[in-house]
This record gives sequence, structure tokens and C-alpha cells, in this order.
Amino acid sequence: MCLAIPARVVELLPGDAARIDLSGVRKDVSLALVDGVAVGDYVIVHVGYALAKLDAAEAARTLEAFASAGRDAPAGP
Amino acid sequence: MKYIDEFRDGALARRLAAAIAREADPARRYHLMEFCGGHTHAISRYGLGDLLPPNVEMVHGPGCPVCVLPIGRIDSAIDLARDRGAILCTYADTMRVPASGGLSLMKAKARGADIRMVYSSADALKIARDHRSREVVFFAIGFETTTPPTAVAILQAEREALDNFSVFCNHVLTPAAISHILDSPEVRDLGVVPLDGFIGPAHVSTVIGSQPYEYFADEYRKPVVIAGFEPLDVMQAILLLVRQLNEGRAEVENEFTRAVVPEGNMKAKRLVAEVFELRRTFEWRGLGEVPYSALRIKPRYRAFDAEVRYDVVYRPVPDHKACECGAILRGVKKPTDCRVFGTACTPENPIGSCMVSSEGACAAHYTYGRFRDVPIRPAKETSHA
Amino acid sequence: MPDARDGRRPRHGRPIDFLHGRVDMTHGGGGRATAQLVEELFARAFDNAWLRAGNDGAVLPRPAGRMVMATDCHVVSPLFFPGGDIGSLAVHGTINDVAVMGATPLWLAAGFVLEEGFPLADLKRIVTSMAAASREAGVPIVTGDTKVVERGKGDGVFVTTTGAGVVREGIDVRGDRARAGDRVIVSGTIGDHGVAIMSQRENLSFDTTIVSDSASLHGLVAAMLDAVPDVHVLRDPTRGGLGTTLNEIASQSACGFVLDEASIPVRPGVDAACEFLGLDPMYVANEGKLVAVCADADAQRLLAAMRAHPLGRDAALIGEAIDDPHRFVQMDTRFGGRRIVDWLAGEPLPRIC
Repeated sequence: MCLAIPARVVELLPGDAARIDLSGVRKDVSLALVDGVAVGDYVIVHVGYALAKLDAAEAARTLEAFASAGRDAPAGP
Repeated sequence: MKYIDEFRDGALARRLAAAIAREADPARRYHLMEFCGGHTHAISRYGLGDLLPPNVEMVHGPGCPVCVLPIGRIDSAIDLARDRGAILCTYADTMRVPASGGLSLMKAKARGADIRMVYSSADALKIARDHRSREVVFFAIGFETTTPPTAVAILQAEREALDNFSVFCNHVLTPAAISHILDSPEVRDLGVVPLDGFIGPAHVSTVIGSQPYEYFADEYRKPVVIAGFEPLDVMQAILLLVRQLNEGRAEVENEFTRAVVPEGNMKAKRLVAEVFELRRTFEWRGLGEVPYSALRIKPRYRAFDAEVRYDVVYRPVPDHKACECGAILRGVKKPTDCRVFGTACTPENPIGSCMVSSEGACAAHYTYGRFRDVPIRPAKETSHA
Repeated sequence: MPDARDGRRPRHGRPIDFLHGRVDMTHGGGGRATAQLVEELFARAFDNAWLRAGNDGAVLPRPAGRMVMATDCHVVSPLFFPGGDIGSLAVHGTINDVAVMGATPLWLAAGFVLEEGFPLADLKRIVTSMAAASREAGVPIVTGDTKVVERGKGDGVFVTTTGAGVVREGIDVRGDRARAGDRVIVSGTIGDHGVAIMSQRENLSFDTTIVSDSASLHGLVAAMLDAVPDVHVLRDPTRGGLGTTLNEIASQSACGFVLDEASIPVRPGVDAACEFLGLDPMYVANEGKLVAVCADADAQRLLAAMRAHPLGRDAALIGEAIDDPHRFVQMDTRFGGRRIVDWLAGEPLPRIC
């Protein structure tokens, strides 16, 4: 459920809104559900609303976790 | 697409698949339920099953708000447009769900009911502003991800005194559904359905946080790993669950740390608490009455409550006798166990709820995976250019 | 049709006001108003000897070879979209239907159903666009008709185009000729047209640089058949997208397909728009692309010929045909697992779930 996508904030708009960009596709979304969003931030967008800011450092950590899967994992049960 | 493509990388998928295969104990079976329909869809759409060892089995859960929406509620929505002359604004997901009398929202629209597809609750507000002389009803569905946007719309409508706007609220709650599954006789007492662990929903969790799942880990001794929306997230979550089960742990882990924090989105939760309250009970299609599992609009905002404004009467409609959706939604049966799957019941002519939405277990399997149900001769060897 | 060449005596009272005028019921009545509309708009724009002759039909020379005829009704909404309009779409669409039969398109006929009240400025824009498309493609519109329906009974304008062409000797392109071992090639990026259209839909509004790929493909087809006369199947994946077209071919040819998702060209903007709306590019409409199925031995030569043509620069080999009594279109996903690309169940609708 809950199709949501991460997109980059390219402009802040009046009325608690922002213009977001995903590979050149731009849309205006509401920021009513999040605080402290700045241009350049990535937000998770669902039905026209930003639900959360995406933590870039955590994203990098997660990707690193995928890459190291198996490297330092326990050998088995 | 940043933060999307990297999480779909095939090379990393193979690495994770190898890790899962290595760590899964060949002497045991792992039954993992992915609660969220979006995860069900991702698993089918990427053929994730092909990458798992045979003893790790995914059980599809009821996290599909369209699938669990009772027929009677769709009937009420159609009534509002057709008989009460309201402009009914709805997400496109509900348009083709078959309702009573051979109707659906799509068919009612074809017969003249003013039913409009919107992408956002904000669009419904705009329609209300543009048509002050008409009644506008927003058909609100969805789990906790979709509820805050509805709350914002209601608060905005109040600020603007948009007295022609109201909401037909059908928002449902994730933890209640998980409890219901875990409390069902097949799971709890009979052990018919082994459910070893859960993959927690991605975007619901950005709103509710990881805290609410601790109850399940503690009470039922089942590990929960919250996974992001992309297939690599799901694979990683499966790996983490396998590890927990091997080590005898039952904890809540968060794989989706880039968007989920323990307390979730406080602002969104506050807005939801301002506008909505718990219904004592709510009927879920396929699951029956589930206590404290759904929301209704608080009396303070009754002016925007379509159920109050139009005195909506709910008439329950039973599902087709041959339909196995109830069992499928609880993870007790698979789509292929249902005798009408793929024959009388297809995405074009859905009989049950699991087939109506593209992320329902039956629809996902039919659309992406049913080729595995029949033997196909292997492709002839050809020279690859 | 009255003689329009006599410039000394004005045939009609005042010239049509294309700036502010609107279609009314007299334009379809068959009388003077109809004649004036045909003369001042259609005939003037499409201008050729057949239309100048002013007869009810066009007399055409019989070409040497088997003939192909194809027809298409165009009801697209919105009428104007990035990269084209209903007029250019109507020309390209029918030329393509003829071309994918392995035929050289020769002539077009065009029928218009106009809604009372439709702005003449918009009609002129559409007709001008059609004329340009027709001229550029080298396929004249030799005859046509126009009718008017009452306000509320049309969607502005509906256009039907019929095309005729001649099949080259030795060419046998059919939907049922795909065989196990054949290769599948697509001529370029998929989903462009559908996304361009959707970006204009009021309640989906998103901004994008994606434009419709609407284009006439007969030049590309000619180049392909020059290089590989024995192409087995050609089809243009319009409504329903590539996924639907491949299922059609699988069904007709009684075979299956296995595709490689990573090889299918999709523009990043199309991918992104589909992500937003929860759509699958495999099912999104194209109006300037084609799918070819050919023998394995011919694949590289065909691909090279396509890439050498401006409309085939992004051509890609995307899969192969296999024996499959169930006629599934299977796809190895970018991720590593396999899925099927099933028939589309109705029109693709955006989803929030």
C-alpha cells in the first residue's frame, strides 16, 4: 500500500508547499506534514504530501549494509 | 532516480540472495509475512521469490486498503454520487472494485454519477472551492500513510469555511490488523499457519514510527523488521528476520532508517489525533469485524463528516461463497488454493477483494507470477548477440 | 465542391472568422457554409490536385502490387499536447498502421466530426498541423468529409483517417510469423506519448519535458525492409503499450516471449512519471515506435539499419521468442527475478497504493 517516492525539493512555495523533482518530472506538493524542509532536501511524497525527510546519511549506511551482506555475517545457524 | 535505482540494483540483490541462502538453516522453514500491499506488489513485480531459497516462504498479508474495504462501503460511496448528487472525489484505486448490483464507481460514472479521480485530498478541496454550489465528498481510504493527508484537508476546509466539502472516512489501522492475524485461531492456537516473523510496512512506519511494533515482538514473540519500499530493502529485511529467528531473538528492527524513526512523524500524528478518533469496531472485507481498527471523524469536525451529513447507512454485503480471500488475507491459504482463482476470478472480473487491487495477493500473483503454476518448456538455446 | 480558383468573384459573403468563430450546425448542413469551410480550411491546408478538382472522391492510379488499407479513429483528449495534437496524431497513426503491414503508404482520407461550438481557431490549428504532417511524410490527404453534431454530443472534434498503401514484393509481415528463436527489437524509448498526454490531465498535473513521440514511421520501415526483407512481425505499440502488443503477437503466433527488462529503453522522465502514478511503462502508449520480430540471424543487421535512421537511434534488442503453449510474455527483471508481462486489465489507472 502507500505508494510513495523520494524526490528532491527544488523550490519552496508559499502556502506551506514545495516543488519537487524526480528525474526532471516536477510536481507541487504540500509540506503541511513536515517541518524544516530546505531546498536540496529529499522528501518522501505520498498523494501530494511530503511525509518525511529522507536522511541521506542513513540511506548511505543502508546501501553499505546491502553491499556488506555476507561479508561479516555469521556463517549460518 | 536517486534513492530509487540504487535500491533496485541487481548485483546487490544477488549478494543478498546468497547471504540469505547461506544463513537460512536447511533444517527449518521460515514463514515471513509481508504485511504491506506495496511489498506484496514489489515481491511479485521483481520476481523476488526467484531469489529466495525454497525454505524461505513469503506469506502475503492484508495491508491493502482497497482489498479490505467492504463492498457495502463502496455501495455507500456510489449512493452519495448517484442518489445524493454529490461530486465524489476518489483515488483511482477504488474505481474498478465491483460493488453491489453489478456496479462499480467506474460503471456508476459511466451512467452519469459525478465521480472524479483525484491524486490528492488537496485536489478534492480545490474541486469544492471551484464548485461552491455543489456538495463535494472525498472518499478517504488507506492506512496510516494516507490518513494525515485527509486530516490536513479537513483542517484546511474548516479554515476556509468550505461548507460544501465533507469526507467519507474509511481509514484503517495497521497494528490492529497485525494483532487480528496473530490472534486468529489458525495462527495462535492451532498452529495451522506458521508465521515466524513480519516485514513491517515502509510508509506507514514513517508516520507511526517503529515503536508500535514492539508490542508484537514482546507479546507474540515474533520478530518484526520494518523494510523500505524497494526490493533490496525487502531482501535485507528477510535476511535480518532469518538471522533473528536463527538466534532466537524477537525484536523490532528498522531497515528503513532513511525515513523511519522510532517515534515516527509527530506532526502528522498530532494532526491525525486532532481530527480522528477510534471506531469501536469496523468490518474488514475478508477478516470480519476487527475491534479498534479504524478511524472516524471526531464530533468537533462533524460538519465535514459525510456519514453524518448524509446519514449514511451501512449495509454489509457478504462475499461470494467460493471466494477464499478471507483465508488468503490471513495467510492461511494461497491464491492458487482458491478454486475460482484465474478462472471465474481475474483482474478483469474480480470476485474477491484480493483480486481487485493490483497489490492484492491474488492480483499480484495473477499479473506477475502465474506462469510458475504451469510447466513451460525451457527456451531453446540461441546465440546471444 | 465549388471552384475555389476563381479569385475575381468571392464565392462566399465574408471569409470565415478563424479567430473568434465557432463551429455551428450549418457547417455540417452540406450547403454553402459547409462548402466554405471545406474550401477555406481543409482544401486550402491540404492543397493538392485531387482536392482542387472538387469531386466527392479521388481517382487514384492502381499501384503495382498488393494493397493495404488501414483506418484509425482518433478521440485523444486533450486535443493539444506536448509534441503534437489530434491532427498530427491522426496522420502519423494511420501512416504507421499501413507501414507496419510492410507497405508504402500512398494516400490518406480524413473524416471530421465536429462538435457545435468548437472554436474555429483550434480547428484551424489542428488542420494546419495535419497538413504539415502529411506534407512532411509525403502522403497526401486526397479526400475527406466533415459533419457537425450538437453541443454535448462530441468531445470537440473526432478525426478518422484511412490510409492506403502498397506492399513491396517479397515482403510478408504478419502478426502470426513469430517463431521460437526469433529476436525482438523495439525502435526506441517506450511510454513517451502516454506520459506526455497524462501530464496535461488536470487532476494529475505534473510538469515534465517529456513530449509525445508521435511520428510517421514509414521511412524507418522502408530502411528496415531494405536491410532485412524477411522481417517476420512489425507492429506499433499504441494504446496498451509494448506489453499489450507483445501479448497480441504471442497470441497470434502461438509462442511465448522472454524479455530482458534492463534492455528496454525508457527515458528517465517517463520512469519518474510512472513512479509517481504507480504505472508500468510497459503499458503506456507510444505513437512513434515499433516492435519488430525477426530471425536470430537477421537481428544484428536489422538493429544496425534501425539505429542508422533518425527514428530508430535508440533501437534495442529486448528479448526472444520461445516455445510456450501458454503464450506468456515473460520478463527477466532488472533485479534478477522473473515475472510475466500480462495483458492489460482495462486502461492503466494511477494508484496510491
